Amino acid sequence: MALSTIWVFAQGADGAPTTATLELLTKAGTLADHVTAFVAGPADDIAAAVGEHGATKVYATGDLDGHLPGVAVAAAMQAVIDGGDTPDLVMFPQNYEGRDTMSRLSVKLDRTVLTNNTDIAVDGDSVTVTTPIFGGTQLVTTTFTGERPYLVAFRPKSFAAEPSGGAAPEVVAAPVPDLGATGGAKVQAVHVEEHSGPKLDEASIVVSGGRGLGEAGKYEMIEQLAKALKGAPGASRAIVDAGWVPYSYQVGQTGKVVKPTVYIAAGISGATQHMVGMKGSKNIVAINKDKEAPIFGVADLGIVGDVNKVLPKLIEALQRR
Amino acid sequence: MNVIVCVKQIPDPAQVGSLDPTDNTLKREGKLILDESDSYGVEMALQLVDTAGGGEVGLVSMAPNDEMSGLRTALAMGAAKAVLVSDAELAGSDALTTAKVLAAAASRLGDIDLIIAGTESSDGYTGTVPEQIAEVLGLPSITFAKSVAIDGGTLRVNRQTEAGYDEVTCPLPAVVSVTAGVVEPRYPSFKGIMAAKSKPVEKVTATDLGVTPVGWAGAGQQIVEVAAAPEREAGEIVEDDGDAHLKIVEFLDKLKVI
Repeated sequence: MALSTIWVFAQGADGAPTTATLELLTKAGTLADHVTAFVAGPADDIAAAVGEHGATKVYATGDLDGHLPGVAVAAAMQAVIDGGDTPDLVMFPQNYEGRDTMSRLSVKLDRTVLTNNTDIAVDGDSVTVTTPIFGGTQLVTTTFTGERPYLVAFRPKSFAAEPSGGAAPEVVAAPVPDLGATGGAKVQAVHVEEHSGPKLDEASIVVSGGRGLGEAGKYEMIEQLAKALKGAPGASRAIVDAGWVPYSYQVGQTGKVVKPTVYIAAGISGATQHMVGMKGSKNIVAINKDKEAPIFGVADLGIVGDVNKVLPKLIEALQRR
Repeated sequence: MNVIVCVKQIPDPAQVGSLDPTDNTLKREGKLILDESDSYGVEMALQLVDTAGGGEVGLVSMAPNDEMSGLRTALAMGAAKAVLVSDAELAGSDALTTAKVLAAAASRLGDIDLIIAGTESSDGYTGTVPEQIAEVLGLPSITFAKSVAIDGGTLRVNRQTEAGYDEVTCPLPAVVSVTAGVVEPRYPSFKGIMAAKSKPVEKVTATDLGVTPVGWAGAGQQIVEVAAAPEREAGEIVEDDGDAHLKIVEFLDKLKVI
């Protein structure tokens, strides 16, 4: 173990740290002597929980005053580094705000970024990360060769979040400096799309629909089946791009990564972009009329058939139970 | 209203990708096409310029071997001109170097009101370049735009979030990254395809742009291994004979999830 300090990009939602934050903190604790949570926003209501997951120190930007987090948090991080506290590694979640922040910081510090990773190893002075490519069929291991700090982003659910029972961390203010022209973007209003049932990335059963449904109106069957199984409905990128369902339903490389107990793919062929988001599911059921569809290569149970025939019968059978 | 679109020319995603065994970079030989993710940005730019009633759409691209077929597609859609950065030294460049190169290339196209990019490319998908370009140029940015409008000198964007979307405003000039599906990209017309052949494409090298070091030398990273991932074994496949739904019920029952 050769890393002294790791910073973890941390966020709260509804008064608790996000799952991605806790996953990264847990992993960071196995790699470095000191783990610092760098909180995008106020830290008051999440400090205790990040402490329980291994952070011994917290930097908090405080209220972002309508700025998008990327530009603001990167500037706050640079200010701390300029002040003399430099980490060896900064871990980001592969999500909207993590990506924006690491991008801005990479230019400020003139450091490379490694994104889309699912694992990390530290051996002496070398830090290597692992990225699945070509739909997860191959794993690329890459090492950092430049100056520290190294900047790295991890896909959700790459690590398990486990409390280690740490004490409340020291909280230090890391205010956002004047952003000048770069701070021009301001959030004017926030819209939350309401969902009933469990969250897509936390549900133990996920039912996703794709192009094979034929038309937007048929997506209702996916919602009915998800409801009958007390699961969450999801979607392939194809039908999100086609406007059948909102982006928040998308499972895949550019959407959510899910690892439920059961994943049911209905009318989804299994494009690389989709497989990356669901291959980690414990059990996979696929229904598709093309028996050559790549999705059957990962399915525990594959049904070669028309989703519009199989789904109504399945929903009825489950509702009768 | 002058809009620059960053476009990437990539190997056809319908083909299975492969890595060059000598240096583990993605093989980009043969004909490259316009990344579909960027066709949304080109369309968005054309619409914004049209609405503004004046100005033009310029393109910047970085590609090996003077490759231009993807750029020609975007020119055929209606873009006016392009800067192509092509330089053998660029092989192995990381996202930061790419951003520095594209930012310098954009600056050659005159006054800029807006720079548009896709959220991530379909082949490398690092997903950091648009925001890095903004920082290199000292500009504000809005990433993950699902709708874009310009109202006077103000950019109005609905930005995708985990929970829904935010309404975000920003003064111009600015950088915006657009999600797929933000607009319906037009197909190039025959007239557009013919016109594209005579549109100006300036070819430059990284050295011309004053960006060094590039390629492997500037990357700060090194691939140490590429290995096959553990395969997931395929399970039982059944043809639907009208009762396949019962197979699924049985499967779920065995897992005790129903």
